Amino acid sequence: MRHAVVILVVAALAGACERETRRYQELPAAANRETGVRLTTLQPGAPQQSETVQSPYQNNAWGMSEGKRLFAAYNCTGCHGVNGGGAIGPALKDDKWIYGSQPDQIYSTISQGRPDGMPSFGGHLPAQQIWMLVAYVQSMSGITPKDAAPSRNDDQMNAIPESRTGFLPPIQTGHR
Amino acid sequence: MHIQSVLHPAGIEAALVSRLWWVMFWTCAVVWVAVAGAMLFAIRRGRTRVAPANERSVFRNVLVAAGISLVALVWLLFESVLTGRAQENVSTKDSLHIQVTGYQWWWDVQYENPVPSLQVTAANEIHIPVGRAVVVDLFAGDVIHSLWIPNLQGKIDLIPGRHNTLTLRADAPGIYRGQCAEYCGAQHAHMALVVVAEPAEQFERWLSANRAPAPAPVTPSQVRGKEVVERGPCAMCHNITGSLASARTAPDLTHIASRSTIGAATVPNTRGYLAGWILDPQHIKPGNRMPPTGLSDEELQAVLDYLETLK
Repeated sequence: MRHAVVILVVAALAGACERETRRYQELPAAANRETGVRLTTLQPGAPQQSETVQSPYQNNAWGMSEGKRLFAAYNCTGCHGVNGGGAIGPALKDDKWIYGSQPDQIYSTISQGRPDGMPSFGGHLPAQQIWMLVAYVQSMSGITPKDAAPSRNDDQMNAIPESRTGFLPPIQTGHR
Repeated sequence: MHIQSVLHPAGIEAALVSRLWWVMFWTCAVVWVAVAGAMLFAIRRGRTRVAPANERSVFRNVLVAAGISLVALVWLLFESVLTGRAQENVSTKDSLHIQVTGYQWWWDVQYENPVPSLQVTAANEIHIPVGRAVVVDLFAGDVIHSLWIPNLQGKIDLIPGRHNTLTLRADAPGIYRGQCAEYCGAQHAHMALVVVAEPAEQFERWLSANRAPAPAPVTPSQVRGKEVVERGPCAMCHNITGSLASARTAPDLTHIASRSTIGAATVPNTRGYLAGWILDPQHIKPGNRMPPTGLSDEELQAVLDYLETLK
């Protein structure tokens, strides 16, 4: 009985590690893939799902809160609004996705830019930071795990935190 | 060199702090010697050879000891208040105004001037004229920090949303080290700064040199370096006046080559350290806000060539 308790505690601690890891230096191998980006649902032949690439910070509280910090530091708030509520750029905390909600699609949107205003940040931002932003953008509509999503702001917050945002099923609109 | 020591004051404010320190030291030393002496006397005398003390004499002895303790405490309180008053009374006539903002984990330094073009922005290095009062306006950009330059002044907190001021006056030229004195996160220990106190005319020369924008690059390598800075990752956070890089979330690099340290006084500002810092800042200062830039060899050497012209 006592052994079982010890094993359970150790297992719980080991499971908690991924959330708290701070990867200052290395970038997980999965993050260096930029394949399978599809901007349209039209495909030749029988439609197939594209291979999903997850952000390496999908389950990582540190990476996601860094994404939140960068969202303000790189002035994403200037167009997408504070907390991603939308302004001259589209809102990010709703369920509508113009260019797709998959991590690799969001990565491409940030890295390549999009028509009608979204600048291209490729070459300016290291891949690591783009993946942090990808995880944070996903957390805004509750797609990422709740236990890793940011739960607070560094300053006054006038919206409910990402960790309490309900899951909004993505709707691909293709237009604003 | 005592570049960071309360006991080697280089300014009037620090001299007052240092004096108070010695008053406290000698007062406590006398108290300690008296207490230790009384205890040794009691141990040597032993308990068997004397008759038990009566209650009256015990009461009298305790009263005398309490009285002496009270006098010592009030004396120290008195000295402390006097020191505070003397610090407040240091004249700030014709003072220099500097604005220091603490960020995780570096210091932004602005030399205030009503004419915007005459303002100077620096980082992690403060130059001050000797013999002239300096009023430092303190702000925090993220969390609570505390500015402590032991050779020049006591410490005071930088609090988000609040404005604190610190007055200091260096009376001897020299280079003094300051650091953050309030735990502010992973790299709190590497959040230091350098204060250079220099004669007035030398300071004015430094100030006017720092008002100038970065010079245009000359050699092909320097031209390429500027291009990498502007089109690459550097421009996302740093400002170099005179180039397209104009972000404000990281230390201003317009005169980086004139500074003696990088990374908030973490390592010396040499070509080797700078190269290591640009390629892998997380190795030198894990957790700091600068990401590894991933520049190629050719790009790195060009950027170094360009940064070295930013005197």
